[in-house]
Amino acid sequence: MELLEAIILAVLAASTPLLLAASGELLVERAGVLNLGVEGMMIVGAACGFAGAWATGSTFIGALCGILAGVALSLVFALMTLGLAVNQVATGLALTILGIGVSGLIGAGFVGERIATAPRLYIPGLTTLPFVGKILFGEDAFVYVSLALIIGMSWFLYRTRAGLVLRAIGDNHVSAHALGYPVLKIRMFAVMFGGGCAGLAGAYLPLAYTPFFVPGMTAGRGWIALALVVFASWLPGRLVIGAYLFGAVSILQLHAQGWGVGVPSQLMSALPYLATVVVLVLISRTRSGGSTAPAALGTVFVPDR
Amino acid sequence: MLDSGSGHARSGTVLLQTIGLTKRYGSFLANDAIDIAIRPQEIHALLGENGAGKSTLVKTIYGLIQPSEGEMLWQGEKMVLAGPHDARARGIGMVFQHFSLFDNLTVAENVALGLDGKESFKAMSARLEQVSQQYGLPLDPKREVWQLSVGERQRIEIVRVLMQNPKFLILDEPTAVLTPQEADQLFVVLERLKSEGRAILYISHKLDEVKRLCDTATVLRGGKKISTCLPREETAASLARMMVGTEIKQVKAAANRQTTVPRLVVNDLSLAPDEPHGVHLKNISLELKGGEILGIAGVAGNGQDEFFAALSGERLAKDPGTIVIDGHAAGHLSITARRKLGAAFVPEERLGHGTAPRMRLSENALLTGHAASGMVHNGFINTAATLATVDRATASFDVRKAKRDPEAASLSGGNLQKFIVGREILRNPIVLVVSQPTWGVDAGAAAVIRQALLDLAAAGAAILVTSQDLDELADIADRIAVMFHGHLSEPLMTADADRETLGLLMGGSALTPKDVPDAVGA
Repeated sequence: MELLEAIILAVLAASTPLLLAASGELLVERAGVLNLGVEGMMIVGAACGFAGAWATGSTFIGALCGILAGVALSLVFALMTLGLAVNQVATGLALTILGIGVSGLIGAGFVGERIATAPRLYIPGLTTLPFVGKILFGEDAFVYVSLALIIGMSWFLYRTRAGLVLRAIGDNHVSAHALGYPVLKIRMFAVMFGGGCAGLAGAYLPLAYTPFFVPGMTAGRGWIALALVVFASWLPGRLVIGAYLFGAVSILQLHAQGWGVGVPSQLMSALPYLATVVVLVLISRTRSGGSTAPAALGTVFVPDR
Repeated sequence: MLDSGSGHARSGTVLLQTIGLTKRYGSFLANDAIDIAIRPQEIHALLGENGAGKSTLVKTIYGLIQPSEGEMLWQGEKMVLAGPHDARARGIGMVFQHFSLFDNLTVAENVALGLDGKESFKAMSARLEQVSQQYGLPLDPKREVWQLSVGERQRIEIVRVLMQNPKFLILDEPTAVLTPQEADQLFVVLERLKSEGRAILYISHKLDEVKRLCDTATVLRGGKKISTCLPREETAASLARMMVGTEIKQVKAAANRQTTVPRLVVNDLSLAPDEPHGVHLKNISLELKGGEILGIAGVAGNGQDEFFAALSGERLAKDPGTIVIDGHAAGHLSITARRKLGAAFVPEERLGHGTAPRMRLSENALLTGHAASGMVHNGFINTAATLATVDRATASFDVRKAKRDPEAASLSGGNLQKFIVGREILRNPIVLVVSQPTWGVDAGAAAVIRQALLDLAAAGAAILVTSQDLDELADIADRIAVMFHGHLSEPLMTADADRETLGLLMGGSALTPKDVPDAVGA
């Protein structure tokens, strides 16, 4: 029982950065923009988040720094792909490479430093409940924020007019423009939101997951987040399931090694990607019609004026 | 429907006026000092060839494009539009030629996006049902657009505009994609809107329609206004002359064309679609002899694309015998193998399917000619031969271009289409399958292409033409068959194929009910 509780707690901790980053990317892709720079925005968010927290001693300020760093990097992406109509795939890849470099630069002085990890919720009577207490009522703020974010995003996408316009732009930007919607402006806000989420997801790692900064500590989580969006077929609800599933796989892989299960760890690490490929194949074979991916995803839009 | 005072009472006053409206793109004048006046209760036609500046003008009136010079008056007052919402706020609505719809959203969501969102989604949905009933334009608000027929999609556009209770509607080639019966239903709606005191600007190049429906017509050519006239007092020929600037040559078929042996035979071809929105081809059979032109009519999206793919070898049939080219079973053969049997193919989409847009014409000639035209020796390209093909096509089909061997994308639609058709005809095919040969092509080029097809048939080739333009098929085809929901009707002799019969077939009405799960329109 205690082992199970420990595993669940570990899974939640491992899944939260995936969920945060993937939520942001989901919204970006729903607006028709493919930002492959999630990994880069995350790692910069991690470095700046750690720097902020180290300087002020506040997790909150650290998280804020992470978000701002992600937004700043996403603005570079927005300038290139929306302002200058550069290819989104190439720009996204460049953004990741840039992010890894910048984070190394910022974080170089912080390697070896330690900070206090993010405080966890404590409600007397509830948090001390056996088994469920720590899982439900003893998490750090990031976990609750990530879940609130996904609920808020579902509500936004399907219940508000702005969400409808955003989905419309992702489906057909030419029509949206013809009806008079500011395609590029809305896409820019979506990209900034995605950057903020990625930055927060990155900041989570040194602020709550491990109390120190290591260059390259995102370790491919940005790529998993991208795969997750596809895995979830662009639906927020499925994103939660996917994030926890992928988080669970990465934790179980550690335990499996501890138990001496004879599966190579590399194969386990590759599972999220394999699962994404399987889901993509299933989607394309079983869907009855309509496209699941936003139809304008990754295409450049230049309004005629 | 309209506020009192603006409609019937002042029907003599001008609702919208443009004065010297000019739009410049670099040194190119898309609109050159255009004056046009539209009154309430008037259906005003805007005529012109592709590239005459019609779309630019209406986009300016709808606030999508800012004019370079000139001004617009709305009910006598100067109007400057920051965007389409400004136009909508004044009572200007637009139905786009290429529908501004979102395939993966529902009908109600699509309508909501065209309104300015001042009412709740629920209230909007209720009003949508009310308006669609009121005008006899039935719609199911909960269906997603990709599931709907073209006619239904247009209904969404029209209902969306009507829900704004506009004083002025712009319709951009609304009948281009409709069956004759669907077009008639549309005209009833338009007449009703006119009787309610609204003004309509009606873009079309179908002159018969304009003569029948419109009170006034303004003709544009090369960005300039040529004249404003009363279409009922003009003839179709005189209107065409104003649009084109010269007489259009009538195409002429050779008087004594001989049909020979069957060149293209399709035996009971059935093919499941390979994409979610595709059409299932069902039991298609036909026989086409040398020297004969068979026309395939039908509303877009009824299986024409799938049929073209099956004939050209872009998709293979399971049974080789389903497609026979010049006596050889070819259903299992690749495109190249079919070309070697003497077949040639001209797809509908010029850029991206018919040609690679960023490649030169000579390279594009090679792409279809490599198998059978001596353009490749031992794996090396014979550049002289590819260039010679470009030169021959240029000379024979009057392809106008800036230099000898430009990129395909730099040619105008009509000239590129002449090149593509020429490229295939110069290979001396015995079977030519051509889809929408003159879609979006100016009248001069269209006449050249149609004549070329007739000449090729006279030389003994079998030609299969898919087209949505019934007049075109009537001009060149010997027999016409209609495609509907993946079925192909029995071909009719062109002389027997009047518009009404074809229209019924295009709407699926003449088929037995069990073949028609959900008939379009009607």
